[in-house]
Amino acid sequence: MASAFFANWRQNIIYIGFLVIFVVFAATLADKGFLNPNNLLNIVRQTAMIAVMAIAMTFVLSAGEIDLSVGAVAGLSTVTVAMAIAVGGPVVGVIAGLATGLAVGMFNGWLTTRVGIPSFLTTLAMMGIAKGVAMWISATAAVPILSPGYSWLFGGGNVGPVPVLLLWMVILGAIGHIVLRRTGFGRRVLATGGGETAARYSGIDTKAIKFKVLVISSSAAALAGMLYAGRLQSGRFQLGEGDELSVIAAAVLGGTSLFGGRGTVIGTIVGALMIGLINNGLILMGLEFSQQLIARGAIIILAVALSQKRT
Amino acid sequence: MIPNAAAVRMTGISKAFGGVRALDDVSLEILPGEVHALLGGNGAGKSTILKILNGVHRPDQGTIEVGGVPLTTHTPEASRAAGIAMNYQEMSLVPTLTVAQNIFLTREWRDGIGFIDDNEAERRAAEIFAMLEVFVDPKAIVADLGAGQKQLTEIAKAISQDAKVLVLDEPSTALAVSDVERLFVFLRKLKAKGIAVIYVSHRMDEIARIADRATILRDGRHVITAPLAELPIDTMIEHIVGKRSMGLSDVARIQATKGEVLLELKDVSGAHKPEHISLTLHRGEVLGLAGLLGSGRSSLARAVAGIDPIASGEIRIKGRAVAIRKPSDAIAAGVALVPEARATQGIIPAHSVASNMILAVIGRLSKAGFVDTKAANSLTDTQIDRLKVKTASRDHAVATLSGGNQQKVVIGKWLATDPEILILDEPTAGIDIGSKSEIIRLVRELAASGKAIIMISSELSELLTACDRILVMADGRIHQDLPREALDDPEVSADDLAHRLQAAEQRLQIEIQKALAVQEI
Repeated sequence: MASAFFANWRQNIIYIGFLVIFVVFAATLADKGFLNPNNLLNIVRQTAMIAVMAIAMTFVLSAGEIDLSVGAVAGLSTVTVAMAIAVGGPVVGVIAGLATGLAVGMFNGWLTTRVGIPSFLTTLAMMGIAKGVAMWISATAAVPILSPGYSWLFGGGNVGPVPVLLLWMVILGAIGHIVLRRTGFGRRVLATGGGETAARYSGIDTKAIKFKVLVISSSAAALAGMLYAGRLQSGRFQLGEGDELSVIAAAVLGGTSLFGGRGTVIGTIVGALMIGLINNGLILMGLEFSQQLIARGAIIILAVALSQKRT
Repeated sequence: MIPNAAAVRMTGISKAFGGVRALDDVSLEILPGEVHALLGGNGAGKSTILKILNGVHRPDQGTIEVGGVPLTTHTPEASRAAGIAMNYQEMSLVPTLTVAQNIFLTREWRDGIGFIDDNEAERRAAEIFAMLEVFVDPKAIVADLGAGQKQLTEIAKAISQDAKVLVLDEPSTALAVSDVERLFVFLRKLKAKGIAVIYVSHRMDEIARIADRATILRDGRHVITAPLAELPIDTMIEHIVGKRSMGLSDVARIQATKGEVLLELKDVSGAHKPEHISLTLHRGEVLGLAGLLGSGRSSLARAVAGIDPIASGEIRIKGRAVAIRKPSDAIAAGVALVPEARATQGIIPAHSVASNMILAVIGRLSKAGFVDTKAANSLTDTQIDRLKVKTASRDHAVATLSGGNQQKVVIGKWLATDPEILILDEPTAGIDIGSKSEIIRLVRELAASGKAIIMISSELSELLTACDRILVMADGRIHQDLPREALDDPEVSADDLAHRLQAAEQRLQIEIQKALAVQEI
């Protein structure tokens, strides 16, 4: 049916857009090394952390909530991981990083579902708190990581020609996709965001679902922080700063609704890659940082506008 | 399950919300294999007691037994585990999921590995619809469905649970007559299997046909439980309404004097529906639109009110062609629409009565950008007074009012725009019978005061009571234009109002079915 095709076209615009931008950059920036395999792998390396957070954000948005604290939590976790590695080695570091994410997520979830503060405000406040804690405990200094094993596994390494970061992204993406599409939990997340009253009347504990997606989101942010720390072999509070915008944009570009009820993990990953692609292309074009910001904002608005379902 | 136990026994149930007593020592017993009607006006406590049974609310006092086993945990999960399934009036569907996903929500079919199997769910959903002999696409997204299809999905969801007790809350409001028939056939099959059905409806004719026994509640109290044989419709209405005897047949049909033509439609078509509509409406006239869901009645109303602008044709008001492209054009031309979905299109539930009442005339009440509070309050008080809205004050949230009084607020809001043409789309849907006749009386009074009125209602007895002329619609077109008198059976005495109304209702029903038959050829 024509209308079904049109609806699908709207939904699939992200894939078309990704291809169009890729082809345009390939044609115009070929002589500047855009198509160089190293450059393409770099795009993946730079995108992986955004993608990891955006996979979890897909669940948060699908449940009708939002998490603005992901960038700051990633920054905080780089610091806690680096400090813990310095004290007790890589295993302690990984535990500290995950504990950071769980603690923040449970606090966000508790405030949102039990105290009743909208997640928009909870996580906005948490953004400041996480950043403040990170600055405080690190005394605003970078904390070096002197564990090659950790750095290899969390961000720096390669398996043959394949960056470890790409593996993280693909594995987490596959898990996220299956959980959202094919498990009872994923269905409950979509139901909670699509119609909270209906979900509750159907016997879904919507508060528990919201709590869980916020914990997942903070945990993913902490993991992204661990990847930042591994890749840059240090923890510092500035890492991940401002990522929340790219993360939310990636999910929305991919076709996830800001109003809840609709989400796709694969779309989100393509959305994240598209943002990485745009960043890379603008740098290769030789644009100044100020110009990059403007161009990136304009492209994202255009893409999101096209991906919105008109009613 | 204990043999020979009642399917449900609720004893001495009381429940208060913020000091307001919704239920006071109510007992309810449902036997296996019976269809038990639960009746009562709005605010009688029907939905509260059902929500308690279903675990949405916890009773303040009283005990519940299901199949002889006490129910001590009050959550939807516990009630479902005890074998209770319930449909809600469009409240238990998630609009962003498909029909099949909704039907099996939280009870998804799994494949061999344990992942959700939507294909299997779609097959099972199709089976349920086939058993009901109706067609709903299991793959369709619920938000894209019409009201009737949503209701069928709700019913399918409730019956898919293989429950011992099936609660149907107003299952037929959006269903076509033929679908209601099929639902009844199915309910009789369930009865034969020993399943208990609790059936809530405002439609007495349905109750009379399907129910074995009925329990009537009024003002949160139990009034009577009796076999249907001992409850003729008149008696039921008496128990529901109590002392206030306001049956429909009481509404005097004063013949309003017809004035000049106010509204004229010439070959009007919408983007989809309606199609090629031509009609004239006089001052002082009440014109009824009869037809089933999807017949184009509401589309026609929305076209004239500028919500869905017309695609072709001409709208003339007082002899002059007017371009109505958006609601404000219609308001300026003196047209007001009291819309179908009160809760979403009519009121802002959390706002006060006053703030709702002035919504359509804020511009007129503002001076230099500030709303003139005095004028707004006096306007609100006038409407509250005129329409006899029962509210503690003009500052109370509309959500705290009963359905009938909420509808009066919507009518008041539109009367405030001082329209000459008033369109009412299902103005009595879901409100109790006392308020219904009040609203119909009001419609007659407004016509007598010189307004031209178009009224849409699925309850034919109301159309017949309120209207001077009735258009029968099907598939977006007008099939019949009948003066009210044409539907009267001359053989029934004019003094026997109740029977006369009943006879007219049968005739109108036949006309609607005829229009459908024409459409199918």
